This record gives sequence, structure tokens and C-alpha cells, in this order.
Amino acid sequence: MSQDIFVVIEHLRGQVAEVSYAMLAGARQLSKADNGEVVAVLLGHNAQGLAHDLAADRVIYVDHPALAEFTSDAYQIVLAGLIQEHSPRAVLFGHSSIGMDLASSLSAKLGIPVVNSCRTFTEDGKFVSQICGGKIMVEGALPAPAALATMIPGGYKTEQGQSAQTPPLTPASAAGLDNLRVAVKQYIEPDTSDVDISKETMLVSIGRGIQNKDNIELANELAQALGCALSASRPVVDQGWLPTTRLVGKSGKHVKPKIYLALGISGAPEHVEGMGESETIVAVNTDPNAPIFNIAKYGTTIDMFDLLPVLIDKVKQAK
Amino acid sequence: MPIRETFWNIPHWAEIAQYIAALLTAILFIAGITRRVLRWRRGRPEKRSGHFWSRIGSLVTQVLGQKRTLDEKFPGIMHFSIFWGMLVLAAGTALATIDWDVTHLFFGFQILKGSVYVVFELMLDLLGLLVVLGLGMAIYRRYISRPARLQNFPVKKLAGDDTYVLVMLAFITLSGYLTEGLRLAVMRPDWAAWSPIGNAIASLFLSLGDPTNQTLHLVIWGLHIVTAFGVLISLPFTKLFHIFSVPLNIYFRSLEPAGALRAANMDGGMGVKEWTQFTWKQLLDFEACTRCGRCQDVCPAYASAQVLSPRNMMVKLDDHLWEKKPRALHGEVVLADELWACTTCRACVQVCPAFIDHVTTFVDLRRHLVDQGKMDQMLQDALSNLGRYGNSFGQSDRMRAKWTMGLQPPVKDARREEVEYLWFVGDYASYNATLTDVTRKTAEVFQKLGLNFGILYESERNSGNDVRRVGEEGLFEMLADKNSQVLSRCKFQTLITTDPHSYNTLKNEYPANGNGRYPVLHYSELLDQLIAAGKLKFSKKLGYKVTYHDPCYLGRYNGVYDAPRRVIEATGCELVEMPRHRERGFCCGAGGGRIWMEEKEVKERPSESRIREAVGLEGVQMFVVACPKDLTMFRDAVKTTGNEQRLEVKDLIDLVAEAL
Amino acid sequence: MKIAVPIKFVPDLVEELTIDPSGTALDTTWLRLIINELDDHAVEQAVLLKERGGGDVTVLAAEADGVDDFLFTAAAKGADRLIKLTGDFSTADNHALGRAFADVIKELQPDLILTGVQAHNDLDGSIGPLLAEYLGLPYVGYVAGITPGGDKVIARKEYAGGLVAEVEVKLPAVLGIQAAEQPPRYVAYSKIRQIMGTAKIEERPLGALESGGGVMIERMFQPEAAERATMLEGSPEDVADKLVGLFKELGTL
Ligand SMILES: Cc1cc2nc3c(=O)[nH]c(=O)nc-3n(C[C@H](O)[C@H](O)[C@H](O)COP(=O)(O)OP(=O)(O)OC[C@H]3O[C@@H](n4cnc5c(N)ncnc54)[C@H](O)[C@@H]3O)c2cc1C
Ligand code: SF4
Ligand code: SF4
Repeated sequence: MSQDIFVVIEHLRGQVAEVSYAMLAGARQLSKADNGEVVAVLLGHNAQGLAHDLAADRVIYVDHPALAEFTSDAYQIVLAGLIQEHSPRAVLFGHSSIGMDLASSLSAKLGIPVVNSCRTFTEDGKFVSQICGGKIMVEGALPAPAALATMIPGGYKTEQGQSAQTPPLTPASAAGLDNLRVAVKQYIEPDTSDVDISKETMLVSIGRGIQNKDNIELANELAQALGCALSASRPVVDQGWLPTTRLVGKSGKHVKPKIYLALGISGAPEHVEGMGESETIVAVNTDPNAPIFNIAKYGTTIDMFDLLPVLIDKVKQAK
Repeated sequence: MPIRETFWNIPHWAEIAQYIAALLTAILFIAGITRRVLRWRRGRPEKRSGHFWSRIGSLVTQVLGQKRTLDEKFPGIMHFSIFWGMLVLAAGTALATIDWDVTHLFFGFQILKGSVYVVFELMLDLLGLLVVLGLGMAIYRRYISRPARLQNFPVKKLAGDDTYVLVMLAFITLSGYLTEGLRLAVMRPDWAAWSPIGNAIASLFLSLGDPTNQTLHLVIWGLHIVTAFGVLISLPFTKLFHIFSVPLNIYFRSLEPAGALRAANMDGGMGVKEWTQFTWKQLLDFEACTRCGRCQDVCPAYASAQVLSPRNMMVKLDDHLWEKKPRALHGEVVLADELWACTTCRACVQVCPAFIDHVTTFVDLRRHLVDQGKMDQMLQDALSNLGRYGNSFGQSDRMRAKWTMGLQPPVKDARREEVEYLWFVGDYASYNATLTDVTRKTAEVFQKLGLNFGILYESERNSGNDVRRVGEEGLFEMLADKNSQVLSRCKFQTLITTDPHSYNTLKNEYPANGNGRYPVLHYSELLDQLIAAGKLKFSKKLGYKVTYHDPCYLGRYNGVYDAPRRVIEATGCELVEMPRHRERGFCCGAGGGRIWMEEKEVKERPSESRIREAVGLEGVQMFVVACPKDLTMFRDAVKTTGNEQRLEVKDLIDLVAEAL
Repeated sequence: MKIAVPIKFVPDLVEELTIDPSGTALDTTWLRLIINELDDHAVEQAVLLKERGGGDVTVLAAEADGVDDFLFTAAAKGADRLIKLTGDFSTADNHALGRAFADVIKELQPDLILTGVQAHNDLDGSIGPLLAEYLGLPYVGYVAGITPGGDKVIARKEYAGGLVAEVEVKLPAVLGIQAAEQPPRYVAYSKIRQIMGTAKIEERPLGALESGGGVMIERMFQPEAAERATMLEGSPEDVADKLVGLFKELGTL
């Protein structure tokens, strides 16, 4: 039994996912409570280079051709072995398409409790988890002696999990990866012909509150007056009112503009995941209890349809 | 002595031939009619009997009097002339036949002799002229002035049918005149002057001399007779059939309140999937349509985007009944987009001279779409919300009375204490953030007037009026059930509401749920009554020049036109009517569940058309409405048409509050 | 293909959530339960697969307010079998629920198990992967599209940034659905009422379920007001003015 905190590094197509750094930062916090080390667990094939900026005390690196692409099957086999071998105090996963394929299964397989959607950890090693679409927070002691946890971004900044020094790397071997039941056939790339919203300095972003396709024009007019791009939450994209390239959030782009103007967006965690690190968030939402106001710097509960025409005029005048 | 010489110049074989032809014609005619009747009988049953005398009454005013047809001048006079002209000519012919073949043949005397005969001749001669006038107008309209509503039929062959009818009628009339003229030219009776037109024609032929004229007479008589029989035979197969179907349709029209929709057919899935699931009366509706296009002219859905034309729907449905290779009713004959475009405003029903009820048919067809879950996402969300939360906004029922917060004294809870007026607030007035100010103002006015009123708080559900018209009958029943249960537990005398949609269903459809015990009043009616009783007195004369928009579900559906107008006038405002008002009021575009559906590309929204209509009135400053949905629709339209400076949209209660 | 869809009811976020006096749980007096949205998608996806390639769909749920209606709705959509686990679930967490589902699903022997990839109250793990482990099956989550092919399926798994991986999974397997290929369909009330007369909900009494996830909540709270936005008050004009000022100040205008 050790006091180390394992962080399962998420990476895809040669890039470390941002949530990995947030996890390293969270792990650092946790490790203080129990004086353990922060251990990055990197699985892949010819992927050791990815470890260079991880703010970890050391890296366990497992290289195997079957790990070249993420599959839940192979990762679970390898991770189960590592966890049983090292008995860490905690293992952190992203609350993401990768981590969520692993954490609960491993919990069941190994009999170790898992805590989902942790946002931060406290000084004394408690988890703070966000549930109910961001409306409720829960806090509790991290189950002992061992625990798994999935982490949502937003609690820690990416930089906190990055380091200029490459941590020492310990290779480990993998076995039992012959009869896998899951295999990646191919990737379908997102459309890149449209503007790249992650590169914009300002975004006018619309959510379900926009109500219908026609009203998009109104938001678009504002975006044009401001000289910035239009982005959206998932319902808007699901309806086909804007292309998927404009989607902000967990399954869309992660954006960090100077100003993120959220119109009729409730601020669900999956959305916040993609825009929470924007410099200044301004939210327009008629519901004063909408979670978006918890992360916005400025907010108003005025109906956007009352605000938009006036705002468009004023912006045009101001130019 | 003047006497009718029927079959003058007609050889005996021709006379015999005529009778044989008449017999054949009768057989074919009856076969044709039977074919139609059998088709109707394939529809589902529906009870349309009772009220014999009022039904006969409508036949008198609407068929003989042509009342609704005459609502429009040119086409009205046109049809009136043809109708009466032809009717009298046909009656004349019948009389002549009786005269010759019954009284003369069997009893040896004739009615048509002496002065009776000359007056008869004069009458027919002149009424023939009426037909000529009417037909002339019709030809001018159809082929020269060509109004849009007579163009572009979805069934191409119908243009030929229209021409056929005009040509045949014109030919019968003209050949009739010619026959008469030639007869007079040959016979030159003393009383020829009693047939001024015939006589004038006769003078044209005099120079041709006798044998020629006699032969001509025989030929033209022959053609006249053949055409006349032809017309009779073709009557059940052409547009002429409306001569039968329209009076029948008028006779069998619904005498139920317009606001009470017939319950959905549940046999073989909800609504109508195949035409045999329509009731016989609906099939008769389709067959009664004369394609006059009046409905299309007043239809807001047609005006805004041309997706739906009630005329085309009737034409297509009628055509569908006779298709050799039946196409699918849904998807091929009628499209979902057409069905969803209807606002159920009832403008079409109101103007249709054949008394066709389009709305019921459209709702029946929508019911099938709902049954199949075929609807746009917005509507789906709205219905899901209505099912789950009882309101289309998808908000908690506990937020329903949030608008009352801060009102002093607090609004009574009608579930807990007895009230005189139970106010059914409705979804829009309760939840729509931009309307709650007006709702609160209404409550304040009620409080100032000392009304003893209360609301149902979170127990109120959407009334279901528009849910039902969308075609979701089951959900309507559930909502109506829940509301009825609460209502039946409350003690009150009168149910009031500001929402015409709720008003309609509460008044006309909830009685089916055992809730007909109390009067239902629209707030305009309540205010009007209070004014009349001297309980509502104004301290100010506002002096604004205003216009008033008739909500469809208040006006056309329930005939409440005067109460709101009297209230407006009592506040000291000058009311200027828009061209389309009262029965002809133009829908805002939100009814029938349209407010929950995605808006498709439109040329001009109905609400915008309406605002432009109001802006066209000299000096009118305010656009007064008496429906919460109207307030949102027109406030928006004033903005989108750029008339914010020119026109202010006000609720009736705004005027009342200001003048108090 | 034989498909099983275990579903779960969760607190409806439309209602204002309050915390009970113990400070560790939601106040249940006002709580309204509603189908986990993603489970609804899983049902839709199962029905779509059945409609396309034939099959048999069983929907399983734990007893809760409104579950019967949901099950009947699923039947009206095309589900063939409805199973309701009955008992006391007040303290059941996802581990316990997953185990309970696993026991029933073992008997059903389905080729494919579809369930929502997550629910908003999954504190001790998500049903899909837990179930997969209890059944010894592979699991792939974040799936938004499935193409069956013999003893395998191709699942379209979504990653951040719009990247999609086509993943081949050997059957039987558990897939966590993040979106059905089309939004859940609407079912007319009359249809549901009709199906109530013919469809049957099979009940499986389970007795009381103990929690099994081992996560203890010490404190439950609503995000603090201190973190909240500065609210701009006034008329739309005032707010627009303030916003324009802000845009200028931050240099985006
Ligand atoms: C695995 C997974 C991945 C997901 N990925 C993403 C993702 O990448 N991006 C994403 O956005 N979502 C994602 N979601 C969906 C997410 O959970 C939420 O459902 C979604 O973000 C909600 O979008 P919204 O805020 O626009 O809609 P809602 O939550 O419905 O909010 C609409 C808001 O508009 C407000 N409003 C309404 N009318 C007005 C008005 N007139 N004026 C002002 N305000 C108004 C309302 O008060 C409400 O707060 C994902 C979900 C899952 C399960
Ligand atoms: S009810 Fe109104 S919208 Fe519907 S077809 Fe008739 S006129 Fe058009
Ligand atoms: S439905 Fe009535 S109004 Fe419309 S075209 Fe036919 S007859 Fe004329």
C-alpha cells in the first residue's frame, strides 16, 4: 500500500488532453494530504515524448503496440495490473470519453470505490464533486485505503499541471493484450473548413434559449457587428442550426477567448468544460439560478430578445 | 289567344327521341348521383340530424338568398345572377313540360296560355338575360381579370372542368334564345313583343326567309336539347355537382359551437390515415368545394408562405377520393408541412360559401401525424413539456404563480377558499417573462375593483385548447381531466380568463368533462359587464386613437366582438377599425399550436401583415389586443416591421388600468 | 439482435433543488424524478436498431415514481419486454443498481446492452461500465451511432473536439450512449394508453438494496454565491451600454 496518487494521462493522436494537466494539479493537492508522490501513468506506443511537460514526480510508461490507440479493453487490463502491483492511494481519470470508459469498470473489477466528477480536492484530502448539472456540489473523504476518481476540468488551471522539467520515466511491461474485444477501425476527423472558434478572441455563443433557427440571424448580426465568430452549445448544434465546428464543450471545441458572451446557455458542466477557462465570461440568461452565473464574471437576467436588438445598435454606433 | 306551342316545328320522331333521351339521361343522372352518395357512405358515421327547421332556414337564406355568396360583390352578383337565372329557366322548362305532357296530354288543358303565358314568356326572356349577364361576368373574371385565387389548381384537369361548365351554360342559354328567336321569326305571333330578346333575335333572321329558318330552328333546337341533356348527364361528374352537394352541405352543417372539436377517431390509430376514416360529412365537404378560392384569400398561412391553401386541400382531397391508383393520403396527397401551417384561425370556414369545415379535417389529419410521432422538434419538446410539467415552457409547476409575488394583498388560492371569480391564468400569462407585468396589472385592476377572485396556483395546467388542435387528443384529455378535477373541488361562481384559447376550450369543450356548471367569461366580457352594472367607472378619458385586433378564438370561434370594443370606448379611446375586423379579423399566426412550432421561411409573417394593416390607419397610435399570445406576437411584429415609434401594442387591461 | 436497455430515473433539474436538514442529501419533498435523458436516447437507439435489422428490445428499470409510464412509452416506441425491479432503492447507489441489473440481464442473454453514458447524479460510477464488469463484457462509452455486423458492432465513439473513432466491439457488449442517431421520438398519449392494455410490466422483487460503491457524502451544498457573477441591472438599454463599455475596456471593440 503506497500513498502515491496515480494520474492516468489521457492522450489522443499524439496530444495530451488538457484534463490530464488538471488531474496532475489535483493529484498534487491530494498528495500533500498523505505525503505521497504524483505518478503519471502513460500508456501508449512510442509515446514517451508526451511525458515531457507533465508536472509529476515520476512517470510509469507502458509501451505496447496494442496501446497505440485508446481502447477500453487494453487500457483496463494494463491499469488493473499496475494498480494491483503498486496499490496507490488514489487513481485519477478524466471525466471524459477515455476516463469514463475505465474508472467504473476498474472499480467493479478491483473492488475499489470510484468518485465521479470531482472538480477539486481539499487540503485535507477530501473530494469536491459536482453533480446535478452543476447545481449541486458534494464533499466527502476520499474513500480509504484506495480510491479511483474521475475529474472534470475547471477546478485547476492547465498550467498548474505543467512543468518545464521532464519527470523521470520508469518503463513497465504489459501482458495479456492478445485477445482484445475492442479495436479502433478508423478516425473521422472533424470538419476544418469552417472558422476555428478556439482561435477567436471573442465569441458570441448561443444556447437552447435562442429557441429557433430564425433567431440565429439575430445573434449572427451581433457577432458580425463585434467582428467575432458565433459558437454554440450542444442543443443548437444538434438541431442543425449551426455546424458542429461551432460546438463548445466536452464533445466540441475547448475555447479560451478574451470574452465569451453566453446567450441563453444554462452552463451545464459539459458546456463549461469547453469554455470555463475563458478570460471573461458574460452570461445573458433569464433564469437567475442558472449555473452559468457561477462561472461568469458578469451576468444579466434580461431576456436576450429584448437585449439583442438594442445591443446590436449600440455596438454598431460604438464602432 | 297566346298559347304555348311546345314542339312546334319538331317532327314526331324527334319528339319521341327526346323522350327516350330524357329517360336515358335520367338513368345516367341517377347513376351519377348514386355513385357520389355511395362514396360518402364509405366514410365513418357522424350524427348531423336534428334542428330540422333551422337547417331548412339556412337553406332558404344561404341557397335561395345566396347570403354568404353575396358577401363579396362581384362574384356574389355573378353567382346570384347565374343561380337565379338558371333556376327560373329550369323551372320554366319543367313547367312547360308539365304543361304539355301532363295537363295537356292527360287532362286536355294548358296553363300556359293567355296572359299567364305571355308573362311566363317575358319572365323567361328576361331571366335568361340575367344568366347572360352572370356568365359574362364569370367569363370576364376567369379569363380576363384572372384573380390569383382562381389560378394554379393542384389538379390540372380542373381548368377544363371550369371551362366546360361555362361553355355549356352559355351554349344552353344562347341556343335557347336562338330557338325562341327562330320560332318567333317563322311564326310571328301577335304576342312576340312579350319576348323582347327573342323578338329582337327574330328580327335578325327575318330576311333569311322561311324554310331556312325552319331548318335552322330544328337544328338549333336539337343542339339545345342535346346540350341540356348533356349537362344533366355530366352534372354528377363535373363541377356542376355543387348544385347538389352545396345545398346538402349547408343543410348538414354542424350546429354545434364552433369551438367544440369532435373527438378523435381512435379506430385504426388516432386520426385519419386513409380517406375512409373521414366521416361522410367530411367527404361531402370535399365534394362541395367549388374552388372559388375565397378561403385561400383569407388564409394567413397562405398569405405568409403559400405552404397551405385551404382551397387546394379541398381540391386535392376530393380528387383523392376518385383516384384510380390511390396514392398515399399522407405524404402524397397532403403534406405534413401543409397541415402544420394551419393556425386553425377559422377564417376559411367563415367565408366558405359552401359551408365547408376545413379545420376539423386538418386536425383529423394532424392527429394521424401525432399518432406517428411525426412533428418538428420544437413541437415535440412543447408536447413533452406539457405532458410532464403541464406547461409548454418546461418549467416547474411551482413557478406558475411566481408572477403573483409581491402583490398585496396576496392573490387568493381558490383551492382553499371560496371565491366569486376563479381566474384561469393560462401558460403564457403565467410563465412568459415579458407578459407577467401585464398579468400582474390585470390582478391589480381586479383588486382595485374589489373583485373576489382567486387562482389555482400550481394546480392549473395548460387548458389544452391548442394541444387538441395540434392533434394530440390524448394529452388534451389528460390536461382537461386534471384541470376538471381541481375545478370540481373549488367553490366559485364564474370562471374567468384573459386567454381566448383557454376560454374557448373551458367554455366549449370542458363541459364534456362535467364542468359545464358555471359561466366562463373572457376578461373583456367581465369588464364590459362591470361597466354596464356601474361597478367599473373610469376617472379619465384617455382620448387615444386605437385599433383593436380580434383574437380568432374570441371572435370567430365564440362571437365575442362587442364586449372588448365597448370596453375600449368606455376608456375614452376612439376606435378605428382595420379593414379586416370582426368576422374577417386576421389571425396573428400563433394559433393551433403554431406558436410551438418552428417557423419556416415566410414572405411576411401574419403578425407583420397585421401590423402594416394597422399602421395604414390614419393617426392610430395603439394596437389593442385581448390575448396574451397576441401581445408577444405583435410586440415582436412591431419591432420587425420597424414600427416601434409609430405604433404601441397594448393589452386591453393597460387602457383600463390607465383610465381607472 | 437481442438488446437490453437498463435505465435509471434521476432528479429533474427543472425543479429547484434543495438540500435536506442532514446536509448530505437532496430534500425529497419537492423532488420530481424523470428519466435520465441519455437513457432515453439509449432506448431510442435500441428501437432504431430493431427497426433496421430486427430484434428484440427489453427495457429494465428500478422502481420509481413515473417508471411505469416510461416503460409503457418505451413499449409504444417498440420495446418488446418491460422489466421493473421492485424493492427499496432509497439507499441504492450505482454499484448496487448495476449488480441488480446484472443479475437480471444474465438471464436475458442479450447480444447488446445499451444504456446512457452517464446520469447527472452518478457519484459512485456509471451504470454502463459497472454493468459491463459485473457481466464480464467489453464496454465502450460516448457512443453516438451503431452499425451492427454479425458478431460485432461498429460504434461511433465521440472524443473532444468533434473527433469520432469508429470502434469495433465484439458482442456481447455494453455501450454507453451519448446520443441516439435521432432524437427520442414522441409518442402520442393515446398510443401509450392503448399499450397499457396489452403490454405487461414484469416485476422482479429484489428486497432492499444496500449501497455498494463506498462513497460517503459528508456535505452537500449549492455552489456558493461568492463565486457568482456581478449582475448588470437596469433596462435593456442600460445593460447594453454597460456591455459596450465592457467590450471596449477589454479591447474587443
Ligand atoms: C457526454 C455529453 C457530452 C456533451 N457535450 C456537450 C458539449 O460539448 N457542449 C455542450 O454545450 N453541451 C454538451 N452536452 C450537453 C449538456 O449536458 C447540456 O445539455 C447542454 O450544454 C445544454 O445546452 P444549453 O445551455 O444551450 O441549454 P439549456 O440547458 O436548456 O439552457 C437554456 C438556457 O437558456 C435560458 N433562456 C431561455 N430563454 C432565454 C431568453 N429569452 N433569454 C435569455 N436566456 C434564456 C434558460 O434560462 C436556460 O438556462 C453534453 C452532454 C453529454 C452527456
Ligand atoms: S384555419 Fe386559418 S390558417 Fe387554417 S386553413 Fe383556414 S384560414 Fe388558413
Ligand atoms: S373550400 Fe369553400 S371557400 Fe374554399 S374554395 Fe372551396 S368552396 Fe371556396
